[in-house]
Amino acid sequence: MIAQHLKKLPLTRETSLLVLAYLYLPIFVLIGYSFNANRSATVWTEFSFAWYERIINNPSIQVAALNSLVVASIATVLSTSIALLAALATSRPFYGRRMVEGSINLPLLLPEIVIAVATLLLFMSLGIKLGLVTVTIAHVGFCIPFAYLPIRARLNDMDKRLLEAAGDLYANPYQVFRRVTLPLLWPAVLSGAVLAFVVSLDDFIMTFFVAGPGSTTLPVYIFSAIRAGVTPEINAISTVMLVVSIVLVVLSYWLGQRGRSKAN
Amino acid sequence: MSTIGSQPVIRRLLLLGPVGFTLLGLILIPLAIMGYISFLPRNLYGGVDWQADWQWHSYVQLFFQEDFDGNLELNWVYAQALLRSLAQAGGTTLLCFAFGFPVALWMTSLSERSRNLMVLLITIPFWTNLLIRNYAWLIILRENGWLAQAVNGLFPQAGGITLLYNDFAVSVGLVYSFLPFMILPIYSTLEKLDWRLVEAAYDLGATRWLALRRVILPLTMPGVVAGALLVFVPSLGAYITPALLGGGKTLMVGNLIQQQFGTARNWPLGGSLSFLLLGIMLLALILFALYSRKAAKSMHRGVGA
Amino acid sequence: MGHSSAVDVCNVVKRYLDDPALPPALNNVSVNIAHNEFFTLLGPSGCGKTTLLRAIAGFETVSSGDIFLGGERINDLPPYRRRINTVFQSYALFPHMSVAENIAFGLEMQGLGKQAVPKRVKEMLALVQMEHLANRKPAELSGGQQQRVALARALAPQPAVLLLDEPLSALDLKLRKEMQVELKRVQQEAGITFIFVTHDQEEALTLSDRIAVMSAGNIMQIGTPGDIYERPQHRFVAQFIGDINFLPGQMRPGHDQPVFRPAAMPVDIPCQPPSGIDLSRVQLAFRPERSRLVDPSQPHHLRAVIETVMYVGTATLYRCRLPDSSQITLRESNEGGLARNVGEGVAVHLPPQACLLMEA
Repeated sequence: MIAQHLKKLPLTRETSLLVLAYLYLPIFVLIGYSFNANRSATVWTEFSFAWYERIINNPSIQVAALNSLVVASIATVLSTSIALLAALATSRPFYGRRMVEGSINLPLLLPEIVIAVATLLLFMSLGIKLGLVTVTIAHVGFCIPFAYLPIRARLNDMDKRLLEAAGDLYANPYQVFRRVTLPLLWPAVLSGAVLAFVVSLDDFIMTFFVAGPGSTTLPVYIFSAIRAGVTPEINAISTVMLVVSIVLVVLSYWLGQRGRSKAN
Repeated sequence: MSTIGSQPVIRRLLLLGPVGFTLLGLILIPLAIMGYISFLPRNLYGGVDWQADWQWHSYVQLFFQEDFDGNLELNWVYAQALLRSLAQAGGTTLLCFAFGFPVALWMTSLSERSRNLMVLLITIPFWTNLLIRNYAWLIILRENGWLAQAVNGLFPQAGGITLLYNDFAVSVGLVYSFLPFMILPIYSTLEKLDWRLVEAAYDLGATRWLALRRVILPLTMPGVVAGALLVFVPSLGAYITPALLGGGKTLMVGNLIQQQFGTARNWPLGGSLSFLLLGIMLLALILFALYSRKAAKSMHRGVGA
Repeated sequence: MGHSSAVDVCNVVKRYLDDPALPPALNNVSVNIAHNEFFTLLGPSGCGKTTLLRAIAGFETVSSGDIFLGGERINDLPPYRRRINTVFQSYALFPHMSVAENIAFGLEMQGLGKQAVPKRVKEMLALVQMEHLANRKPAELSGGQQQRVALARALAPQPAVLLLDEPLSALDLKLRKEMQVELKRVQQEAGITFIFVTHDQEEALTLSDRIAVMSAGNIMQIGTPGDIYERPQHRFVAQFIGDINFLPGQMRPGHDQPVFRPAAMPVDIPCQPPSGIDLSRVQLAFRPERSRLVDPSQPHHLRAVIETVMYVGTATLYRCRLPDSSQITLRESNEGGLARNVGEGVAVHLPPQACLLMEA
C-alpha cells in the first residue's frame, strides 16, 4: 500500500470542503427559509411551521402530490419489471450486447427537452388526450435505465457457479430463477425500484409537456408557482420534496449494500 | 467458451421485448415523428400542415431568413443561442473540471469509510429535484437576497450588480447541476491508478505539482474525458437552469425548442432545432469514442504495469 | 459401450469457440469409468481435467464426440436432466439458504415428497457429521464445514455419479488430509462412482482406484496408482508423479538381452524395453528410491560423485553428478544404511525392474 501522504496534494482538501459547501449551501438555505416566519426571504424573524401548515391544507398541492405519487408508483412497477427482464437478458455476453445496453441507457444520454417535445408530438399525432395516463407512460421510458443499473450491477456480481449448482441439482431454468437468482437479486430490484420512484417524483420537463389540465404533478406545480413569484410556501413544499428524495436515495443505497453483503 | 446453459436467442429476445418496445415507442417513433414534422411547413394556427410537400425550410430557418425580396440573409438569432449553449456547456465543463479534479484527488486520499461517505454526499444532490435545486439558487442570487446585498456592498462602484437572470447565474446553476458527473468518473479512474508510478516520479525528483501534471493527469485522462462528456452533453441541452436562472437574453437551445412548442408555435423549427442539438451531441459522442479507442491503444503500448 | 460402465467418454473434442485455431481444450479424449470407482483426473492447470468434468456435468458443450451415462447418450441433455451431481471447488453453497435447505434443494427439485425430504436431509447431515449446524447459513461456517455441506448436498439426490472439482484445494494441509480420509470413507459407504479432479499427485495416488493423467487436452495414461507410479508410459507422466531421473542414451544388443548404454558413461544396463516404442529415441528413467548404492569396486555400474546431501527424516536424498556432468537424485533409506558424504564417489546399481524405458 502506498503511503497515504503521497496522495495528499496541497489545496485539495480546502477545495473539496468548498465544493461540498457549494453543493449543500442552497439546500440548507432553502430548508432554512422554509421555517422562516417572515414572508421575506432576506429577513429572518423566527422559527415557524406556518408555511408547512399552509401547504398541507392547500387543495391544489394535495391534488398535485397525489398525482405525483400515483404516477410514480405505477411507473415504478412497470419500469422496474421491464428493467428486470432486460437485465436478465444482458447478464450473459452475446453478440451485440454492448449496443443493447447502450440502447437501454439511451434516455440517460438524450436531452430531456428533445424527448419531451417528441413524446408530446407522438401523443398528439395519435390523438391521445393528455393526462395522467400520458404522463405515466412517458415516465416509464426514462425510469427504466435507473431501475436497470443496480439490477444489472448485482447480476454481474452474482456468483455464476451458484446458478450452475442449482442446475446441477435438477432445477430447470425457471426454478433456478425463482429459487436462487430472484432471492439474491431482490435487494437490488428494490434498490432500482426506489431510484425509479425518486426519478419519477422529481421529473419536471417531460411532465410539463405531456401533462394535461388537471394532471399536474408537484414539480409542475412548483414551477408554475415560481413563475408567479417566490413565496415561502414554495420553500416549504420544496423542502418536503428534497427530504423525501434524500431519504429514498439513502434507502436505495442501503438496500444495495445489504444485497451485496448477503450474497458474498 | 459457451456453456450449455447459454440462453437460446428466443429467450433473450422475449426478455428484451418489453424494453425494446418501450424504446421504440417512446424514443424512436417520437423522434421519427419529430423528424417528419421538421420537414413540413408550419400551420398558421399552430401545428403543421400535414398535407403539404416536404421542404427544408425549417432547417434553413436555423441560420437564414428571407428578407422582403425573398433573398436569404444570415440570421444570427438561433445561431447565437447555439453559440451561447456551446459556450455555456464548454465553460461549465472547464469549471467542473477545475473544481472537480481536486475533489476527486482528495477523496482518494481518504480512508475507505470516509470515501464511501464522500461518494454518498456527492451523489445525493444529483438525486434530488433539479428544479428545486435551481430554485434554491434563485433565492440566493435574488436582487434583494443577502448574497447580492453583500456583493454590492463590497463593490458599490459597480453600480448595482445583479446576480440573477444573466449568463453568470446560468453558469452557476449548470456547474451546480453537473459537478457530481465530473467528480465521480475521475474518482473512479483515480481509484484504479497505480500509485507506485507516482511514487516512482517522486523518487526521480518530481515535485508534487510536476507529478500531478506529468503522471497523474495523463493517466487519469480517460476518467476526465468521460466526466467531460457527462457534463458537456447534458449542459448543451439544459432547460431548467436557463429557464429559471437565465433571462430573456440568455436563451439556450433548450429554451428555444420549448418556445417553438409553446408561444412561438413553430413546430418544424422546434424539430430542426432538436435535431441540430442531437447532431452536435452525436458529434461529441463520436469524438469521445474515437478518443477512448486511441487512448486505450496507447495505454497498452506504454505502461507495462 | 454398455451398462457395464458408469460413464463413457468417447473421442470427445472440445474447441475454444472464440478461437478455433488454438489447440483444443480436449483433444480426442476417451475414457471408461466403472461403477463404484473412485476415478481421478490428474494433471497441471490448463490440462483440460476441469473442462472434461464440466462436459460430463453438462456445463460445457463438446465440439464432437459422445458422452454416455450408464449407456445412455447425454450430450444433448442440460445439467438438470443428468443424474450427476457436482461438488464445486468454491462449494457454491446458496448463501440465502441454511445448511439443511441447501441439502434439501436437489431433493425438492426432484419432486421428493414433503415427508421424505427432511428424513433424507437428516441422513446426509449424519453422514457428514453436521447435524448440529443444520440451521446455520453458509457464511457462518468454516471452509471445512462448507465443504462437507457441499458434499452432502451433492450426495442427497443419490446421483449415479458424483463429480468433484478440486474440492480440497482451498483447505489447509492438515484439514485436507482429514477430508481425504472422509471422502474415501463416504465413497465406499455410499457406493457411488466418484470422478475426482485434482492437480495434487499425492492426493490422486492416495484416494484413487484409477487415475487418468492429462496434459494439454490429452489423456496421457490411465491406470491404477501402482501402474501410474511404477510403470509410467510417457515422460510427462513419469515426471508429473513423484520424482524421476532420466538418462539419455542408446539401446544396444547385449549377450542374451538388449542393454541400454547411457550417454553418461559406457556401462551396459540390462533392461527389457516395452513393446511399441521407437527404440531409436529412448531414455532410461528410474525412480530415486529404486536404485541401490553398491560397492564401488564392482564393475558395470554407474559411477557418480555426491554433490549435495539432504536429510528428509526417513531417508536421505543424494544429488549426484555423473561423468558427463549430468545430475541424478538418489534416495536411500536411513535404516541400517551407511550415510554418505559430499564428495564421495558411489556406484549406482539399477536392477532391471527399476528401469523404465520411454521415448524421449
